[in-house]
Amino acid sequence: MGLTIAEKILSNHTQETARAGQFIVAQVDAVMASDTTAPMAIKAFEAMGATRVWNPDRCYFVIDHAAPAPNERIAGLHSLMRDFAAKHHLPLYDAGAGICHQLMVEQGHVDPGMLFVGADSHTCTYGSVTAFATGVGSTDLAAVMATGQIWMRVPETIKIFVDGILAPGVTAKDLTLAIVGEIGISGATYHALEFAGPAIETLSLSSRMTLANMAIEMGAKAGIVHPRGLDWPGADLDALHPDPDARYLRTVSFDASTLRPKVSRPHMPDAVVDIDDVVGTEVQMAFIGTCVNGRLEDLHAAARILEGRQVAPTVRLMVAPASREVFLQAMMDGTAQTLTRAGATFLPSGCGPCVGTHNGVPGPAETVISTGNRNFKGRMGNPNAHVYLASPSTVAASALAGRIVHPDAAGAY
Amino acid sequence: MERVITGQAHVYGDNVDTDRIIPGKYTKTLDLQSLADHVLEDLDPDFRGRMRPGDIVVGADNFGCGSSREQAPVALKVAGVSVVVARYFARIFYRNAINIGLPVVESPTLEVETGDTLRVDLAGGTVTNVTRGATFPCTPMPPVMLNILAAGGLAPFMKAHGGYEGAMHDGP
Repeated sequence: MGLTIAEKILSNHTQETARAGQFIVAQVDAVMASDTTAPMAIKAFEAMGATRVWNPDRCYFVIDHAAPAPNERIAGLHSLMRDFAAKHHLPLYDAGAGICHQLMVEQGHVDPGMLFVGADSHTCTYGSVTAFATGVGSTDLAAVMATGQIWMRVPETIKIFVDGILAPGVTAKDLTLAIVGEIGISGATYHALEFAGPAIETLSLSSRMTLANMAIEMGAKAGIVHPRGLDWPGADLDALHPDPDARYLRTVSFDASTLRPKVSRPHMPDAVVDIDDVVGTEVQMAFIGTCVNGRLEDLHAAARILEGRQVAPTVRLMVAPASREVFLQAMMDGTAQTLTRAGATFLPSGCGPCVGTHNGVPGPAETVISTGNRNFKGRMGNPNAHVYLASPSTVAASALAGRIVHPDAAGAY
Repeated sequence: MERVITGQAHVYGDNVDTDRIIPGKYTKTLDLQSLADHVLEDLDPDFRGRMRPGDIVVGADNFGCGSSREQAPVALKVAGVSVVVARYFARIFYRNAINIGLPVVESPTLEVETGDTLRVDLAGGTVTNVTRGATFPCTPMPPVMLNILAAGGLAPFMKAHGGYEGAMHDGP
């Protein structure tokens, strides 16, 4: 019996062949924690009586969730992280460097075949480069910091097969939302997802990150993209192909060519509908950013629509590039200028309004259209606001119109 | 760790996400009491005032989905919730709860309404609805989790054992 990608990677990180259902203790390659999770991880690390980090070079701290610090309390947590990182010689990305998941991939901390454990649920994003990457809480992370190991149950895999090719104006985010809508918020709980098929092979790295990012919105332990089509010099990608006789829990098939732009309605990410069902809904705030859609490809999609135009006077458009590097590229190629001229407000690279801490909390009864990955009630800081999730193209077009519209309505495609 | 827990049930529906358990705007703190003060605020604003220490929170499918914030089970535990029962949990919340020493029990067939008294037998693997006089089975927890829970959480477990060796197959 052959192995899935998840089983292959986990087998390479334990003494035995890892098959679905087994409980294993795996050797971890790298870990990451943010300012939401690192402070409690530091406290747990100390409570364990640990004195040294198992591999300081591979333990990354990122200050991104509330960055720069909006108040004294959070400033104190950031100081705690800086002090711990200095004491234990850990690499730390400070406020403004970017979103943890963008940085891990962009700065070369993730490679195909790795086992990566992050104290943030969207750590699954690194499945984009065919790594097994999974989110944990602070205490689990502290145990890995102390020992380099984690226990886990080897997951069964659900295969997502996507045929065809995306139509112009339909993006990886629309495909991702379609998959989330079909599988459901708990449809992959305790399992791994494996994304494959002709439509996946043509996706850019940025689009692969969008796809893998929302695996957790289906409850998955990991969301791994098949390496075919991945451009990663030096990696033995053939060794990461699933075996032809690998066993899958089930296979769910999609046809990319017939997809319409998708929108997720409040207050659940899997409440996904064709955009036609919500066209005309008035919006007061539009947000382009986050670990799912804050990359250069996403800012380019928005700029194509906003070039030479003005955001509706009733709409506030916020843009948070996923990293300083993304911001720099957007400045150098004129994208930042185009978006700013159109009326966008640039926020520091980081999680921004997505987690409801600061930098754009919506008002009561306001409606937001966001490129983010979650729209749980209260997610953006106000339980009385309504959050719709969509692609950067749809968000940009809706910001122009002051209401949700199809990207075609903006005439960019 | 109490092996048999009795308390009054507060019953909620499917997909209680971690933003509803503790909103992100409150999570950036090490003041654990402040987390408890806002527990379940956007789901059931009266919960904090109404609940008594030892009460039991009951969800349905996929309790604790969403973010990896350990602040969610911490908020429930510090508020005085003795155990969380659901048909099944989102995986990160399930691990986090055990890791901080908050018992969580999966009981796929449990019938219960808010106000009923429940008796949860952690070792025996049953939930009894005392008010209705009916007992329901629990999904068994893997040995490693029983060991961590028996130690009071992953931090005391690691302090005592230094690693997972010997913890994977034999129960406490």
